Amino acid sequence: MNELLIGVLGLQGDIEENIKAITDAFKEMKIKGKVIPVRYPEEIMKVDGLIIPGGESTVMGLLIAIKNGLLDAITRILQEGLPVMGTCAGMIVLAKKSYDKVVGNKKQLLLGALDIEIERNSFGRQYDSFESNLDISGIGNDYKGIFIRAPTVISMGPDVQILSKFDGKIVAVKQGNIIGTSFHPELSGDYRMHRFFIESITNWKKTKN
Amino acid sequence: MTISQVGAYPLSKGIKITTIDRKEISSGTALIKRGFAHMQKHGVIMDVTNVEQAQIAEDAGAVAVMVLDKLPYDVRHAGGVARTAGVKVIQAILDSVSIPIMAKCRIGHLSEADILEEMGVDMIDESEVLSPADESRHIWKWNYTTPFVNGAKNLGEALRRIEEGASMIRTKGEPGTGDVSHAVTHIRMVNNEIKKIKGIYDNNDDQELIKISRELQSSYEIVKETGKLGRLPVVNFAAGGISTPADAALLMKLGCDGIFVGSGIFKAEDPLERAKAVVIATTYFDDPKTVLEAQKMIDEKKSMLGLDTKNLNLRMQERGPTV
Repeated sequence: MNELLIGVLGLQGDIEENIKAITDAFKEMKIKGKVIPVRYPEEIMKVDGLIIPGGESTVMGLLIAIKNGLLDAITRILQEGLPVMGTCAGMIVLAKKSYDKVVGNKKQLLLGALDIEIERNSFGRQYDSFESNLDISGIGNDYKGIFIRAPTVISMGPDVQILSKFDGKIVAVKQGNIIGTSFHPELSGDYRMHRFFIESITNWKKTKN
Repeated sequence: MTISQVGAYPLSKGIKITTIDRKEISSGTALIKRGFAHMQKHGVIMDVTNVEQAQIAEDAGAVAVMVLDKLPYDVRHAGGVARTAGVKVIQAILDSVSIPIMAKCRIGHLSEADILEEMGVDMIDESEVLSPADESRHIWKWNYTTPFVNGAKNLGEALRRIEEGASMIRTKGEPGTGDVSHAVTHIRMVNNEIKKIKGIYDNNDDQELIKISRELQSSYEIVKETGKLGRLPVVNFAAGGISTPADAALLMKLGCDGIFVGSGIFKAEDPLERAKAVVIATTYFDDPKTVLEAQKMIDEKKSMLGLDTKNLNLRMQERGPTV
């Protein structure tokens, strides 16, 4: 198999932290792979999997819409079924619908790839941001979840699978090859989530060949 | 771990621990506070004084807004004492935009900080743009659950603020002047000092690291961590005098993690277009073609005229406690 190439959408947010998480996960799995920040359509079309990082979903949406061809490229890889993982803001960008807990509806670009509705800032503002241990199906228990002004999944379509709940709220989901998390696996130092994502890429590549 | 834990006080007052479903949840930890600052990376934080400006900033792609009573340029012209913004204005902005809301308090003003935390702002800027309230001490920021950002002109200042609990550092620059040169001086100063420390760390010369930590009036642990990382242990933004997309790109090129724009946007005559252009130039700072596209979105005739920093009555970067 060719060396894996993973892209981290490099517009805004904790891009380098996701690159580090994937690099360390590759080492743990003894997989030869490369991970690069991607900001241009031609870079997006080269990758075997894409991470949309944490940051601000409104900013990423705006920058996706502004750059010529970027939205088309991301839409195309999503249609092809390429594995994509969105953490926090990244999950919002992947969602079909979203509203903010305090200020309500905000017009923002959403990719609509995950059949979910998001409540932004679902646990409150930064003062209420927290860390706590999570159980995640397919990944394991005692996973340090880092929730920063975190969104949650309020409702979802039949094809969406719940991976984790916290305090009665849905905080991790999977639909086909797309993963969304409310929390920041890239900040926890525990790279099980990124390994899970890499596995979904290797599996996808096998079925494609 | 992708976020440094150096200097973190595991039992500081700002950490709140509760239990849900027999699971412990912790707020206000160094990881949660520094993590918030990491989410701002590659973004532009814009100064605003009212809801209308906050809305424009959000629509233009600001990663957060910073609320203050007067833009730094107007603080200079008004004279007198500059204090934290009005509570009603901050509340109105909290109720209207979905992005993080930051607000400034005076250096050392514990009670202004208490009020901002009580209102629920997402980050507090202990800022030299306002009149300092304490000439001998900064706020001990470990006592707060809300993360803080502080300004710094050099590495010693930056490390001392981090040791007091700052989760983010920004250059001081010379706010409200439209002159970016002071921010450039400050980031170059920090970069050069870090480069030197990294060399010493790589040589395993502990004696020299201890000597430097004494010179910087900072602890050996944080100096060593800085040498090991080859960068500040928290994110480092540029601030002070940024007025154009090209200014933002320049500071990103010098290694800043993101940008604060103060008077540069709302003292210009084309705020919405300019704000968008600065956001684009910050993301694509290393791509001259895209920075040019961004620069085309603004009209230099509409930039704030600015102030000659050689003849300023007030040098904001010099205000506040020296240690």
